[in-house]
Amino acid sequence: MAKRIEVKGLDIYYDKFLAVQGVSMTIEPRSVTALIGPSGCGKSTFLRTLNRMHELVPKARVEGKVLMDNQDLYGANVDPVGVRRHIGMVFQRPNPFPTMSIYDNVAAGLKLNNKRMKRKDLDDLVERSLRSANLWEEVKDRLNRPGSGLSGGQQQRLCIARAIAVAPDVLLMDEPCSALDPISTQAIEDLITELKEQYTIVIVTHNMQQAQRISDTTGFFNLQAIGEPGGLVELDTTTKIFTNPANSDTERYVSGRFG
Amino acid sequence: MPPTTTSTRTRGAPQRLGDRVFSGASTGAGVLILVILAGVAAFLVAEAWPALWADSSEIPGGDGIILYIWPVLFGTLLSAFFALVIATPLAVAIALFITHYAPRRIASLLGYLIDLLAAVPSIIFGLWGAFELAPMTVEPTRWLEDNLGFIPLFDGPASPTGRTMLVATIVLAVMILPIATAVIREAFLQTPRLHEEASLALGATRWEMIRMAVLPFGRSSIIGGLMLGLGRALGETMAVAIVLSASRDVVSFNLISSENPSTIAANIALSFPEASGLDVNTLIASGLVLFAVTLLVNMGARAVINRRRDFSGAN
Ligand SMILES: Nc1ncnc2c1ncn2[C@@H]1O[C@H](COP(=O)(O)OP(=O)(O)OP(=O)(O)O)[C@@H](O)[C@H]1O
Ligand SMILES: [Mg+2]
Repeated sequence: MAKRIEVKGLDIYYDKFLAVQGVSMTIEPRSVTALIGPSGCGKSTFLRTLNRMHELVPKARVEGKVLMDNQDLYGANVDPVGVRRHIGMVFQRPNPFPTMSIYDNVAAGLKLNNKRMKRKDLDDLVERSLRSANLWEEVKDRLNRPGSGLSGGQQQRLCIARAIAVAPDVLLMDEPCSALDPISTQAIEDLITELKEQYTIVIVTHNMQQAQRISDTTGFFNLQAIGEPGGLVELDTTTKIFTNPANSDTERYVSGRFG
Repeated sequence: MPPTTTSTRTRGAPQRLGDRVFSGASTGAGVLILVILAGVAAFLVAEAWPALWADSSEIPGGDGIILYIWPVLFGTLLSAFFALVIATPLAVAIALFITHYAPRRIASLLGYLIDLLAAVPSIIFGLWGAFELAPMTVEPTRWLEDNLGFIPLFDGPASPTGRTMLVATIVLAVMILPIATAVIREAFLQTPRLHEEASLALGATRWEMIRMAVLPFGRSSIIGGLMLGLGRALGETMAVAIVLSASRDVVSFNLISSENPSTIAANIALSFPEASGLDVNTLIASGLVLFAVTLLVNMGARAVINRRRDFSGAN
């Protein structure tokens, strides 16, 4: 379960374009790390290097190291598919598989990992995952209906259930609430707070209040100018970043006087 | 916005001229299609009518209309079915290769070649089947007869000329490949990146991603593309007429012998020049059956697609 991630001197490229430069940071287990910063500074790009989704873009590559409990995720004989099985991801827009039922959505990752599972065990795991995602009560009577028939907030919680069903070590979330109403957002924030007991959580958000409400550590990303690479400016406890940041850009950003 | 504006817009408000013209034109086109379809059906029924009620001895062959049509209907269904069996995995595999495996340059070249295949006239395919493909199948079919002869499909005796049902189905499969591949390829390209990433982020390999996200999403298009192909295979005339040396009253699953059932379309084309009187009505009656079969196939396909509409990803 929950593992520590150490990033060392990470440069992230799209073909020849250096999008993010020189990121070094430690992400603590059983905590929520929030990544904030202006649009285009490379938060999503960075997040996607943590589970090796970045390299799915043609010609995209990274230089540097990402260690999970001292094992280099970009080591020569590390299989990216294996990495993604241990590091779950929740996307900005809820994306349950439209061709699958609610049940099958949650079971999708389990079926990949462990093809032969007893029906009873699978039922239990699906229920447990949906309960952890605070969705069980709402969907228990319609597990065989399509996942795309749920509301946006329910769909996003379904995606979280799908991600945690495989018991990942780390959970990455890229603006998971940006497409949701305040009530659904509240539900997901509560859920994140519960989940951090067990998981290492990294969340990208544009919502300062949200970062302050749910995260323990906050990292501020920025870029010097358009076309320049983005980078991590400052990483500290959330309280420090929002009350007394060391960097003046951070201060201007969190107080809303940016640009 | 004041409420009055909304109500006048939706009901009884004077529409813009462009809207009126366009809605009139599209309604007209829809009605026109129905009229043409009804006209074709009426023509077929009217012309087939005398043959349907004629004495069985007056029908060519002398055994009545049902026994006349049954062998060619059988041949039609047999050849179209096996053409589909051959073309389905190929079309899906080629579409997958083009959309998900091939490097971009090769993919577009291959897509272009497949589209070219669609432009080849069917008579060319027929000639190719009869004079190129058929001789090449003589040896392999002999082998099939010797080793797999216990399967009724390969019962033999293998044709010495190679002009068999097997060759006809292969030619038909090649002919329906372009349209089926094109439709399926489009569907695969439309798979939302979002869903592909969802499965990859769960730790799916590329093939698992295809099974989780791409194939289910493209399911109804796969069926649709294959049905378009099936329609072409059912109605194909020249290619079959050239390849097969058919005997009109054979009903057999044997794909490799020289005793082959004909198909409705090929039979009409081959028999029409010498037909007169009730012969013509009989041929048109078989055409009516083909029309009905094609209609049924299309309705069946719609039903399959609709059955899981909730899960189609369209909502
Ligand atoms: N697929 C891609 N190919 C090429 N460049 C890309 C690609 N995706 C992102 N970029 C570039 O990388 C940089 C960082 O983008 P990224 O999406 O990571 O920003 P972000 O911080 O997540 O922004 P936002 O807050 O708007 O989501 C941008 O300059 C962007 O144009
Ligand atoms: Mg982003």
